[in-house]
Order: sequence, then structure tokens, then C-alpha cells
Amino acid sequence: MALKKLGAQTTKLENPPSVVSYYSIVGPKEGEGPLKDYFDLILEDDLWGQDSWEKAESKIQEECIKLAIDKGGLSSEGIDYLIAGDLINQITPSSYSARQLAIPYYGVFGACSTMTQSLSIGAMLIDGGFADNIACAVSSHFSTAERQFRFPLEYGNQRKMSAQWTVTGAGATIISSFGNGPYIKHITTGKIIDPGITDAANMGSAMAPAAIDTLICHFQDTGLAPSYYDLILSGDLGYVGKDIVIDLMKKKGYDLSKNYTDCGVEIFDKSEQDTHAGGSGCACSATVYNSYVFKEMAKGKYTKVLLMSTGALHSTMSTQQGESIPGIAHAVAIENTKE
Amino acid sequence: MDKLNKNDYKKYVDKKVPKPTYLRNMIMAFLVGGTFCTIGQIITNILKSNGLDKDMAAAGTSISMVFIGALLTGLGLYDKIGKVGGAGAAIPITGFANSIVAPAMEYKREGFIFGVAAKMFTVAGPVLVYGIGSSVIIGLITLLLR
Repeated sequence: MALKKLGAQTTKLENPPSVVSYYSIVGPKEGEGPLKDYFDLILEDDLWGQDSWEKAESKIQEECIKLAIDKGGLSSEGIDYLIAGDLINQITPSSYSARQLAIPYYGVFGACSTMTQSLSIGAMLIDGGFADNIACAVSSHFSTAERQFRFPLEYGNQRKMSAQWTVTGAGATIISSFGNGPYIKHITTGKIIDPGITDAANMGSAMAPAAIDTLICHFQDTGLAPSYYDLILSGDLGYVGKDIVIDLMKKKGYDLSKNYTDCGVEIFDKSEQDTHAGGSGCACSATVYNSYVFKEMAKGKYTKVLLMSTGALHSTMSTQQGESIPGIAHAVAIENTKE
Repeated sequence: MDKLNKNDYKKYVDKKVPKPTYLRNMIMAFLVGGTFCTIGQIITNILKSNGLDKDMAAAGTSISMVFIGALLTGLGLYDKIGKVGGAGAAIPITGFANSIVAPAMEYKREGFIFGVAAKMFTVAGPVLVYGIGSSVIIGLITLLLR
């Protein structure tokens, strides 16, 4: 019997795991954005002394996990599992980061939804009594993503207005069976929703229906209304996707106009930083959760937050073969109080 | 997707996506492309005035423009010109040079054989294949019609 299952896709955590530590590292561009005062570490050079972008991304993730563990007063021996992912083929940046850390490791891929995917799996492992401390981490890097998914950096092309800018950085959250909150209360695991978008420069539109599906499912399963949360935050739908979510949710009877925004919208200043439709990448949501959200929850500005990273699960090969982009969104509800 | 047809969603999305600034892009493409062409013409005139015939001057101009495109790419400037100039930066031969030098630089870390050499033509390869291919076909047709 799945005793902890609530409705169709939601898990209610009986022993809600606590967020005990978190850390965020971002690149120079993100460090000039509106959230610059919240990030723990802003890099001056996005190569960070490495000789390739991939090695730099790996180092960013590794350091982020180490610093999150340190900040929580823990040691890597005290971490039962590391659940990490990124965007690059075969998630090598995460595996190379895990190679240095010597923590039992699950590599996960959910494209840009990976942060809430790893938090979901981690929270369930803790609630199930399989672990006491788990590190959940993701990274992305503008330059590794560009060369894998788009064009060489020095190639002189124009970006579409709907294109988004991959965030350089990493976010790590340490969750634990001990701790004083905030607590992970609910998890709603998303289904793949494919609205038929084939343009990889329009990912907000490709992912928005998945976000809507997961949100509606979360509200139906839990019986909560959108107004229950102080903040509902999607991962990287950007300006286009955010607009679609608000609009289509309204048509379905859910008012998100007051307490909903998107990390891709918040992380960059659209007019100053020329990022078109906003930020994207695993680190887009991860760096915002692990800086702004958790810090503001600690201050008490927010007490109930619904985090939902969104992913576009395509590859360059599937796009070239004319396949449409499958979207996914996983929601994690975090509250300052256990009850 | 329930109740939302994929075609309807595409139409809906098209309305939501911000439109490119067409007029500004066209003006900038004209100015950037025009600048490259003017530089090319200046080079041609200099070569001609130094005694080269028309064909030799044209070849010399192409070589010079490819060099300029490659140099600007290496200096990290061509992507910025391309961002502003769009097709005005992509269509002239300098853009062709950019499309070869950019991947060659990008994939240096994968080695000189499987990186630089193999990836050099990832952007320009199709242009070469179909450009050279179609010129061979046109050449054969011309030969047969004579």
C-alpha cells in the first residue's frame, strides 16, 4: 500500500525532511543580475581556472556541494547520498564532481527540472527512513550548453526573441531527517506533457503545459488553493512561459496573478542584460531556490513556498529529427512549520 | 494535453512570442553588410590600381575579406557584429570565415583531429556541400547546352 500517496501524483511526507543547508554559486553575468545580493559566491571568471567549460562546470558543482556541506556543519562522510544532475551529455559534470566527493551517488537527468527532481527523490529517501542526510545538487553552464545545444560561442548569429539564456552556476541543498526547517511537505511528480513545439529556441512554450498540468494536479491532490502559498515559483519558463501559465491557469479557474513568478524571469534584468525571454538551465531554478528563496524563508518573508523546476527533455538529435519537445515539471512544497 | 489541440496551442503560442524588431534588424543588416561590401570594394580598387586585372583583384579581395572575418572572430568581435548585423554579417564572405573559425576555436579542447579538423565544418559544411554541388550541376548543364 502506498500509504504516503495523495491523489494521482502527489506524495505527502509523513516525516518531512528539513532543509539544513544550501549554497549557490553563479557566474559573472548572473552576479550582475537583480538577485546578486543573495548568491553565496559570484565567480569573476566562468572558466574558474580550468581549461575547459565542462571542467569549470564540474568544479562549480563540486565546490557548491562541499560548501553547502560545510555551511551545514556536516562532513561528506555524514552524507548518505548525493543526488545530482546537469544538462551535458551523460551528465559528466555531475559524475566528475561526484568522483571527487566520495559520497554514494545517484546521477539524475531531468534537464532543467533536475533540482526539484533530486529534491523529490532525496525527500522520499529520507521520509522512507533510508537516509538521514542527502545532498541534492545541479549545475549548468552557459558555455557548455551553448556548444552542445546551439552554436559555437564565437559564431555571429542572432538569438530569437523567445530564446533563453542558460544560467552559469550551481545550487546545492542538504536535506536531513533532523533540523528545524524549512520542511519538504509535499511532492508532486510531473508527467511528460508534449504540446508539439519543435523550436528549441522556444522552450518556455514547450514546458508551460507541463507546468500547468503539475500545478493543477498538485492543487487537486492536496486540496490546497494557489493562495495557500506565499510564493509559487517555476524553474525556467521565462517571460513567454510565465505569461502562458498565468493565462491558461486563469482559464482553468486558478488565479496565479499575485503570488506566482518564474526563476528565469527573476534572475536576469531583461532590459539591461539582453537575455531575451529570460534565464534557463538546471542552475536557473537551483540558484534562485538556494539563495533568494531559502534566505527569505529564513527571514520569514515567505513561510509556504511551492517550487517547481521545469524541464525540456529533448536532445540536439531529437530536434534535428523533427521530434517535438517533451516538457516536464516536478513540484516540491516547502513550509517553515512541520504541521 | 487535454482539450487543447496541438495546432491551437501553436497558434496561441505564436501570439505570445515577442516579434523580432524587423525594421531595426533590416536597417542594421543593411548597414553592417554594406560596410563589409564597401571595405571589399576599397580593397578591390586598391588592388586594381596596383595593376591587378579584374579576376585577380576579385580573388585578392576574397582572400583579404576571409582574413578580416577570421581575425575578427579570433579577436572575439565577430559574434558581437553578427548579433547586431544578422544576415548583414552572415551573408558576406566574412560570415563564411566566421562560421569556420568559430567551431575550430570552440572545439580546440577536443584535440586537433576530432576537435578542430572534424568540427570545423559543422556550420559551413552544408553551405560547401550544396554550394559546390549545385555549381557542379550548373556547370554540367552549361556544358551540355553548348
